Amino acid sequence: MTLKVSDLAIARGGIPVLEGLSFTLPPSAVLILRGPNGIGKTTLLRTLAGLQPALSGQIAGAEDQIAYASHADGIKPTLTVTENLRFWASVFGTADINTALQAFALSDLAHRPAGQLSAGQKRRLGLARMLVTGRPIWSLDEPTVSLDQNAVTLFADVIREHLGQGGSALIATHIDLGLDAKVLELAPFKAKPKPIDDTDGGFL
Amino acid sequence: MIALLLRDLKLAIRAGGGFGLGLAFFLIVTILVPFSVGPQSALLATIAPGVLWLGALLACLLSLDRLLALDWEDGSLDLLATAPLPLEGVVSIKALAHWITTGLPLVLAAPVLGVLLSLPGQGYVWLVISLLLGTPALSVIGTFGAALTVGLKRGGLLLSLLVLPLYVPTLIYGAEVARRGAIGMEVETPLLMLAGITAATVALLPFASAAVLRVNLR
Repeated sequence: MTLKVSDLAIARGGIPVLEGLSFTLPPSAVLILRGPNGIGKTTLLRTLAGLQPALSGQIAGAEDQIAYASHADGIKPTLTVTENLRFWASVFGTADINTALQAFALSDLAHRPAGQLSAGQKRRLGLARMLVTGRPIWSLDEPTVSLDQNAVTLFADVIREHLGQGGSALIATHIDLGLDAKVLELAPFKAKPKPIDDTDGGFL
Repeated sequence: MIALLLRDLKLAIRAGGGFGLGLAFFLIVTILVPFSVGPQSALLATIAPGVLWLGALLACLLSLDRLLALDWEDGSLDLLATAPLPLEGVVSIKALAHWITTGLPLVLAAPVLGVLLSLPGQGYVWLVISLLLGTPALSVIGTFGAALTVGLKRGGLLLSLLVLPLYVPTLIYGAEVARRGAIGMEVETPLLMLAGITAATVALLPFASAAVLRVNLR
């Protein structure tokens, strides 16, 4: 499934942040989003995931294809690791959670309440959720936050495996994952502030 | 959908889930009323249906601010909105889970607490029927309020203010069914109104809740 974005403009809180953005993400490819804080990486990922409308432009091939992982992992602290994953598996209509548990080395923690996990372990659980969604395009927002070096390697392996199966990934990150990836620098697409031609306009 | 319902029920009964909060509040209110009113069985019997209905309504209100806020805080709501479930279905299931964990226990406890308020013998059936018909509307309306205020820190006060006026019709007709039932009058008219209000809210409000939730998630 190819994700195709053309001439996209997006806004956060009503203020345009990015405009004129175009890219394609073919199967088995990774696109790394780079840019300074506040440039609109999260806003872009949320727009692609369908959580907010774009100001203008087209997004093709995104609907029901994207598995979105935000800053928050959506983990319920009183449910066990298995229960958390199994819930998302059944929401997305898949059954196998063992692959995901093994891929992120969570098998030993499977029956621990998720509230007792460390920050890095929680993140691994949040990323394991991507595997049980069964969706081809992964959209990851700073996935490596609070992961140690081993876990980052683990994560890169999972991404490679996913690419091998024809999936693709869109990752907003600042660290080098050792993946053969294209980098999309977002800074050139920063939305120009609108010229202020009438300062009273907003009050009239 | 079923998975979401089961998850919500499981979360409610696990530690800190809030199951029993409404029930405990209902219990406290109805136990304290006889103390504050005094030992006048005749007076208590007159006000019993109204007190029980009011107690049930406030107990429902108490747990509303957790309904969507918890899922919003830990990010699950974003993830649910991008999942293949329709958001209308998500809010309906949330309302159903709220009813099962809050409304249904109230319905079951009401007859027992009716004894404390010396509710006349013929009133029990209608009390239970009116609560059974009315409490689903309380949950569905409450979910709408929760969707409106999701993302607001300490939105509980605003939520109560928004939801209370919407609860009034259900309270009026629900308490009226229970009152008429208790004194042996014909209950058909308020009963039909109550059922109509519940049917309409259950059918229509999930769409409104999903729409405001979409806006709030932006």
